[in-house]
Amino acid sequence: MDGMSFSEFGSVLIMQGFNGLSVFSVLLLMALGLAIIFGQMGVINMAHGEFLTIGAYTTYLLSVLSTQYAPWFENYYFIAAIIVGFGVAFVIGWLVEWLMIRHLYKRPLDSLLATWGLSLIMQQTFRSTFGPKEVSATLPSWLMGSYQPKEGIDIPLNGLFVMALTLALTCAVAALMYYSRWGLKVRATVQNRAMAGAVGIDTAKVDRMTFALGCGIAGVAGAAFTTIGSTGPTAGSLYIVDTFLVVVFGGAQSLLGTIASAFSIAQTNSTLEFFMTGSMAKVITLTTIIGILLLRPEGLFRLRVRK
Amino acid sequence: MHTASHAAPSRASLLTRSLRQLLFGVLAAATPFIAAADAPATSAVNTTGLAVTDTTVTVGQLHSATGTMAISETGSIQAERLAIEQINAMGGVLGRKIEIIQEDGASDWPTFAEKARKLLVNDKVAAVFGCWTSASRKAVLPVFEKENGMLYYPTFYEGLEQSKNVIYTGQEATQQIIAGLDWLAKTKGAKKFYLVGSDYIWPRTSNKIARKHIENVLKGEVVGEDYFPLGHTQFGSLINKIKLKKPDAVYSIIVGGSNVAWWKQLKAAGVTSDKQTILTISVTEDEILGIGGENMVGFYAAMKYFQSLDNENNKKFVAAFKAKYGDKAVIGDVTQAAYLGPWLWKAAVEKAGSFDIDKIAAASPGIELTTAPEGYVKVHENHHLWSKLRIGEALPDGQYKVIYESDLIEPNPFPKGYQ
Repeated sequence: MDGMSFSEFGSVLIMQGFNGLSVFSVLLLMALGLAIIFGQMGVINMAHGEFLTIGAYTTYLLSVLSTQYAPWFENYYFIAAIIVGFGVAFVIGWLVEWLMIRHLYKRPLDSLLATWGLSLIMQQTFRSTFGPKEVSATLPSWLMGSYQPKEGIDIPLNGLFVMALTLALTCAVAALMYYSRWGLKVRATVQNRAMAGAVGIDTAKVDRMTFALGCGIAGVAGAAFTTIGSTGPTAGSLYIVDTFLVVVFGGAQSLLGTIASAFSIAQTNSTLEFFMTGSMAKVITLTTIIGILLLRPEGLFRLRVRK
Repeated sequence: MHTASHAAPSRASLLTRSLRQLLFGVLAAATPFIAAADAPATSAVNTTGLAVTDTTVTVGQLHSATGTMAISETGSIQAERLAIEQINAMGGVLGRKIEIIQEDGASDWPTFAEKARKLLVNDKVAAVFGCWTSASRKAVLPVFEKENGMLYYPTFYEGLEQSKNVIYTGQEATQQIIAGLDWLAKTKGAKKFYLVGSDYIWPRTSNKIARKHIENVLKGEVVGEDYFPLGHTQFGSLINKIKLKKPDAVYSIIVGGSNVAWWKQLKAAGVTSDKQTILTISVTEDEILGIGGENMVGFYAAMKYFQSLDNENNKKFVAAFKAKYGDKAVIGDVTQAAYLGPWLWKAAVEKAGSFDIDKIAAASPGIELTTAPEGYVKVHENHHLWSKLRIGEALPDGQYKVIYESDLIEPNPFPKGYQ
């Protein structure tokens, strides 16, 4: 490192460390919804990315509306967008479960095809509604730029925001799954559907609620991702592969597994990217994951149940 | 395989052609308002069975109206339609109204090849305006060469291709790259460069040319060169590497959805234009819509066309485009290049006095367009255009301010010493 002082190197190290954490929270945020839908319910939802896009477009719409009709709201609309994004994705998820998914629980491979078809339909709907070009939601000023604790260190504010949101959402999901009655019903249904039904749990209702919740969380993620990525008809498909990767690698039924998996993938990728070109980093990360999955087919963490 | 061989027209055919043109000229001048009835006989202008009648000529349009690439290709579709509409309003080509058959390549390369065959074999179109990505062009090229069609291709691209059956209305790599790097070295004193790109043929080939030019001509240094998969959305590590290496200039060819993430994250990491010079060849006004003008302020782009170009041709073009597609429509480099396609074809047909593909291919070199929004362009023997390079500085409203303009640059798709 020619001409580089020790403190500069330290600054870059700190920023790189933050970058790893930031990628981690992005991965976790996008995987949370799917961890519920795929992990808990076993539905391979190829349209998951499009629920992210719903959240992104909701943010864009609110941004446009607030600029036009309520300029005083411009600085705060983003918070509203996250809540509305959740609501819209939740309702659409509810409808999709009712119309389509519930008929496919016993046919997982068909659900793969059906949800892929759904994703194409949704993409074309976005394209017809919002136009094929990408759009950009104007970010409130408090989300732009960076926080400078000292000269040479820039911590992106949007990264901090995504991190805080991920933390809050993960805690909420964990509390809901492991400490609420509803979570208990979900876990009971997942482990033994017939038995859960026999003890009086309305499994169909639990399924619908679970699926809708997963979609709603995807909507929140989509809203948050407008700060770091693009909003376009196919924006969601950018995330879908990584999302499945995180959930599968973590061990499908374990929230802790999803967290551990997002963390290790993010750290590996961002560290490797620092030392080599992005494409090579991706290749090495994927190869490592495949290697580990060969040794541990059920992922990092697995739920121990009697079979 | 792709090298064109333009047979020089014989003296006799030149003579008959100029006689014929003279005749048409007299006819056209004498009867300006009843063009169709007095248009040259179809049997004379169409000897190969193209879709030409006494009153109409059919052309094809082949872009992605659906799928990932619809983001980029929509502007081209609109521009070509506008040009064709304007040509029809002026009386068409050789007295024939242009009719369009539009096919959707659906962002899928085999579909492009299939639709190209359909347009050429079933519909017998006289020309095709289409394609956007190099992948789609490579997919249709064998079809155009086998079925002898004519493609007007609008996108700036990596070069290393030339075909009798294609007119390239965008810039090839050397036109876009070399003058831009020279400008960086001269006005910004740049010596240390960092090259970044999405991982596919266009950015890789372009950066290869850039590196050769930086090292061999500018005597500078490439301190980093990084590629990211298409659709990559996390650029934090790259940004930190750039901060560490402190290049005088970053040369960026990141495309698609990644583009938005890249510029938003630069801004968020405190990399602003007053601290770091960045020159890109992959962000037109179209892309800024998605990126947000506030994230691009002060960075530079090297293109042959910007919507803000201050000349009469362009003002008319922008006004017509907005009148047709709405006030909020923006026009990027490729959209303008697509607009040139129908006009260049019209000029070639009129020069050749025929719709025959071989004749317009031979007639195309030397054609000049003084009405182009980008200014003057001329078709080269190698079927690419002579054009200028401009540097634009991004403004908060998503437009570019033109701050530099080169001389006309000769297209050179097979640059020696750069491969």
